[in-house]
Amino acid sequence: MSVSQSDFHAALLDSAAPVPSGLRDGNGRAAGNRFSVYRNNVAVSLTEALEVNFPAVRKLIGEKKFRAMAGIFLRQHPPEAPMISQYGTEMPDFLKTFQPLAHIGYLPDVARLELALRQSYHAADATPVDPAILGTMAPEALMGAHLDLAPALRLLRSDWPVHGIWSYKMEPGAPKAVHEPQNVLILRPDFDPRMTVISNAAVAFLQGLLDGTSLGTAHDRGIAVDPDFDLAHILGLLIGGKAITNIITGES
Amino acid sequence: MLDSTPRFTALPHAPGVGYKAQHYAAIMHDPAPVAWLEIHAENYMGEGGRPIAQLRHLADRFAFSVHGVGLSIGGETPLDRDHLARLAKLCDWLKPASFSEHLAWSTHDSHFLNDLLPLPYTTSTLTRIADHIDEVQEALNRPMLLENPSSYLTFAESTWSETDFLAEIARRTGCGLLLDINNVFVSATNLGYSPQGYIDSFPLDKVGEIHLGGHDEDADETGAPLLIDSHGREVADPVWALLDHTLDRSGPRPLLIEWDADIPDWPVLAAEARRAEAALQRVPA
Repeated sequence: MSVSQSDFHAALLDSAAPVPSGLRDGNGRAAGNRFSVYRNNVAVSLTEALEVNFPAVRKLIGEKKFRAMAGIFLRQHPPEAPMISQYGTEMPDFLKTFQPLAHIGYLPDVARLELALRQSYHAADATPVDPAILGTMAPEALMGAHLDLAPALRLLRSDWPVHGIWSYKMEPGAPKAVHEPQNVLILRPDFDPRMTVISNAAVAFLQGLLDGTSLGTAHDRGIAVDPDFDLAHILGLLIGGKAITNIITGES
Repeated sequence: MLDSTPRFTALPHAPGVGYKAQHYAAIMHDPAPVAWLEIHAENYMGEGGRPIAQLRHLADRFAFSVHGVGLSIGGETPLDRDHLARLAKLCDWLKPASFSEHLAWSTHDSHFLNDLLPLPYTTSTLTRIADHIDEVQEALNRPMLLENPSSYLTFAESTWSETDFLAEIARRTGCGLLLDINNVFVSATNLGYSPQGYIDSFPLDKVGEIHLGGHDEDADETGAPLLIDSHGREVADPVWALLDHTLDRSGPRPLLIEWDADIPDWPVLAAEARRAEAALQRVPA
C-alpha cells in the first residue's frame, strides 16, 4: 500500500504510466485524475522555465513546436539543481540530435548564446581597473602584463550568424541576418549583458588572455590569424565593457 | 487568544508581499502598507548582477523572509548538502528575519521536479523529516518555519493527521510553523474536511508567519471540487474569512500575500496587502 517516491517520480514523468496505487481522494477512493495536478505542475512549470531561459529559440520555432520539444527535453533532462534560472545547459546538445528540429542547423548555437547571456547576467560582480593605468605603462611592461577579465565575460564562436539571428528575433527593427559565421563577445558593464560581433583574430587574442598568456603573446596569436589585427580596438571594447579587472605586471 | 509572542521569526506583525523584480521601482518609491518582503531563495543563488544588487538595496530598507522551494525536506534521500550550503551563504549575507521551507519533497534521484510533492504522514516519515529539519537548523544556525502543504490527494498508509504531524515535528525539532491559510482552504475543500476544524487543531502558538494566496477552481472526474494552489489571482473571500477565524485565535502574525503567476501591477498587490493590514487591525495586539 505504501507509495515510494521512486514510484511517484516515475509516474509523474510518464503520463502513460498508471497512477500509483495507495493514493486516495478525501473519501478513501483511488486518487484518479487528482494525480494529474502534480503531473501537470511539473510539466508546465519546467516548460515555462525553458520558455523564460530560451526566448529566441522559442520565437524561432514557434510556441507549439517549442512546447512539444520542451515536453521531451524535460523528461530526458530534468533539472539537476533547484536553481531554475540555470535550467537547460543540455539544450544545445539536445537540439543537435533532436530529429524534428535537426534541419535548423543554427538552433543549437542560438541556445548556446542564450545560455551564455543568462550566465553573464548572473555572474559575479567585479571592479574594473582604471583604464588610465594602461596609458601610463611602458610598452614592454604592458605587453608583458597579464590581464584578469570580468567573470561576466563570455566568448562564443559559431559557424552561423548567431548574433544576427538572435537580434532579428529579439530586437524590433533589426535586419535579417546575413549568412556568415559570427563570433560573439558578451560583456556586462553594469547589469545588462551586451553583445559585440568580433573577428577571428580578436577571438584568438581573447582566448589567449583567458588561457593566461601575457598581453604580448595574446597579441601574437591575434596577428597569427590576421596580420591586420587591431589590438587597440579590442582593448577599447574591454575597457568600455568594464571587463579588465586586474593588470598583473612582472614586478607585482 | 494566545498571548505568547512567536519567537521563531523577527518579522513584524504587518503585511508583507512576495517580492517580484518588476515591482522594484514601485516598492522603492512607496511600499505602503507593505512592511516586509519575502523571496524565493533559489532565485537569489547567482553570483552577482542585478538580482543580488536589487536585493542588497531593498535589504537596507525592509525586513526579509527567505522562503526555500527546493530543499526537498520531505525527500526519502539525504538533503542536498550543496543546496544547504547555498542557503547558508544567502542567509549569511542577507541576514533575513525568517527562513522557511515546505512539508514536501521536490528532488528525487538528483532530479529537481520544480513542484511541492506530497508525502504520507507516518511515524517513519516524521522521523526522517525531523532529522532533516535538525540538519537545516544546524547548518543555518537558526530556527526555521515549516509550511503546511496544499493537497490534492492523500496516502492510504498515513496514520497521522496533518496538524498532529506538524505539531509533533515542531515539538521534536523546536522549529516554528508557517501557516498557509489558502493551502488549508484548498486542502480542506479537496479532501472534504472543515477548514475551521483544521485551524482549531493547529498548534497556533508555533506559527511565525501566515501565507495568503489565490487559487483556481477545477473538478475531479467525479465532479467533486478540486482547487488548485496557483498564486495567480486575488485571495478568495472564504480564505479571508478563514484568516479572521485564525487571527481571532492566534493574535496578530506577520501576513504575506503570495502572487507568483500572472503577476499584477503594484497597486493590485498593494490593495491585497491593505486588506491583510485591515484584518490585522481588527485583532487586539
